[in-house]
Amino acid sequence: MTDFLEVRNLTMRFGGLTAVDALSFKVDHGTIHGLIGPNGAGKTTTFNMISGFYTPTEGQILLRGEDISGLKMHEVARRGVVRTFQHSTLFAELTVLENALVGTHMPFRPNIFAAILGWDKEDRRGAEARAREALDFFGLSHLIEERAGDLSHGHQRALGMAVAYASHPDVILLDEPFTGMNPEETKHMMGLMRRLKEDGITILLVEHDMQAIMGLCDRITCMSFGKFLAEGGPQEIRNHPAVIEAYLGGARHVA
Amino acid sequence: MRNLSILLVGLAALIALPHALSFSQQEILVFLVINVLLVTSYRLLTLTGEWSLGHVVIMGVGAYASALYTKELGIYVPVSMILGAVTAALLAVLLSFPLFRMKGFYFLIGSFAAGEIIRLIWKRFREPFGGVRGISGIDPMPDFSIGIYQFDFFEPVSYYYFAGAIVIASLWVLWRIEKSPVGLTFHAVHWQDKLAQASGVNLRAYRTLAFAIASGFAGLAGALQGHYVGTVNPNSFDIEVMVFVLTWAIVGGTQTFYGPILGCIVLTVLNEIVLREMGLEQARPLIYGAIMILSILFLPNGLESLVQKATRRKPVAKPEEKAAT
Ligand SMILES: Nc1ncnc2c1ncn2[C@@H]1O[C@H](COP(=O)(O)OP(=O)(O)OP(=O)(O)O)[C@@H](O)[C@H]1O
Ligand SMILES: [Mg+2]
Repeated sequence: MTDFLEVRNLTMRFGGLTAVDALSFKVDHGTIHGLIGPNGAGKTTTFNMISGFYTPTEGQILLRGEDISGLKMHEVARRGVVRTFQHSTLFAELTVLENALVGTHMPFRPNIFAAILGWDKEDRRGAEARAREALDFFGLSHLIEERAGDLSHGHQRALGMAVAYASHPDVILLDEPFTGMNPEETKHMMGLMRRLKEDGITILLVEHDMQAIMGLCDRITCMSFGKFLAEGGPQEIRNHPAVIEAYLGGARHVA
Repeated sequence: MRNLSILLVGLAALIALPHALSFSQQEILVFLVINVLLVTSYRLLTLTGEWSLGHVVIMGVGAYASALYTKELGIYVPVSMILGAVTAALLAVLLSFPLFRMKGFYFLIGSFAAGEIIRLIWKRFREPFGGVRGISGIDPMPDFSIGIYQFDFFEPVSYYYFAGAIVIASLWVLWRIEKSPVGLTFHAVHWQDKLAQASGVNLRAYRTLAFAIASGFAGLAGALQGHYVGTVNPNSFDIEVMVFVLTWAIVGGTQTFYGPILGCIVLTVLNEIVLREMGLEQARPLIYGAIMILSILFLPNGLESLVQKATRRKPVAKPEEKAAT
């Protein structure tokens, strides 16, 4: 297994602020990899760079050896790296099914001429089947006709993941998927993530819920103030002095 | 079955309609049909969330182009109309390079500036655009017969049937696009461009696609108008006309396909029948402005919201955003 997704020396500066500072880590194929750190550590910024939303100030992102840093977000998505957003970002005005249908954009690329002439029935059927499958997987089948904006927080998070999943991704970047979910829902969602992993999808996960992180992740990278702090399995990270210190508020000394 | 009979009755009514009208009203009807296409094409652009102030100028591009193709190259009128539409669409693709660096308000202003530049070019270059006076003596649509009906294009009724058929076909295409996955992607680009892009949607390409299609059909409307009137000049496509289009769209509402059409028809009837009868024609821009403000205040979701209330049991609450821009 060669390096699947690798982040090398990644740096992001906003004016004088260095949000991410020479961060490097590797994600193995088919694993669940956690990215943790205190508030403002730069986790979302890292996601934004990997997914192409920001162009890194410095450094590289290598996907199967190809440098994808600086590509546009849809170009990164087309290489199989799909993300969700920290705050439930959905097509609030569209229905749940329509949201998922947008998620099928890549496997079922719309063609305007076929659409006008009605020659895309197969594709439309395929897209709808895939959308329903994704919604079913995340337990949203009964809400198909609802407006996405009217859903509960937990369901909105699940829909965000369903939209990402509908595109048959290789890698999903999940930014705090468990916020807004009760313990029951969180547990259920963890089960679904394990199933995604069994399907061969690689998951990069940002989350503050330590129980979820420790229970799910194969490896965990911890960062603080934009810098790499520690990496290891859940056991190592849990007992890592630097990590404990960062979380107990002594982060300033560590950085 | 029921839908089909409604369709047939509607079609029969549209065919019978001009025969109940006076000659001058028949002429207005021709413009109305053309304007329905103009405002519906405008709506397609608004699906992606962009409101342009250059749409009427783009219509003019279609009119000028089609007029010149017949005049200078002797191309058969119906063919040159299609070429005029294609020209407008291609120009939109070119304009998209500077314009789609901007969004929202800046796009609005940018599109206005682009339109004014095009109008300046028409005014400045007498060859081939005819300068301020524009082009006159544009070839009319040649008469032809389809067996049961003899098209004589000096008659507004004939032109109404001809333009009506083209507009219905165009509306059908626009409708199919909107209800297709392409249309869904336009909505996605509008409501949440970040998530659309994360789903693999090429924003730039889809914005350009909507702009090009909308412009193409606007150009077709322009060509239909040019060959009917026989002249085109820079002033028939100025900002005042654009304000009318905006008013139709806003008063009608842009959430539904029929909203802008409704706005166009209602305001045209109001304008041509009521205002003309009352001799208030001169005050048209003023009255349109007042109607626009009143409708934003008291009917923010447009005339279409009244129709929705009347025809649907389930309330649909879709906030009409951006209407004010
Ligand atoms: N677009 C931006 N412009 C300026 N500063 C930014 C921008 N985005 C993030 N930052 C800053 O960069 C730092 C890292 O932010 P980031 O959102 O990546 O943290 P995070 O680890 O995701 O935090 P949280 O756990 O609260 O979500 C913060 O100090 C933040 O204020
Ligand atoms: Mg964050």
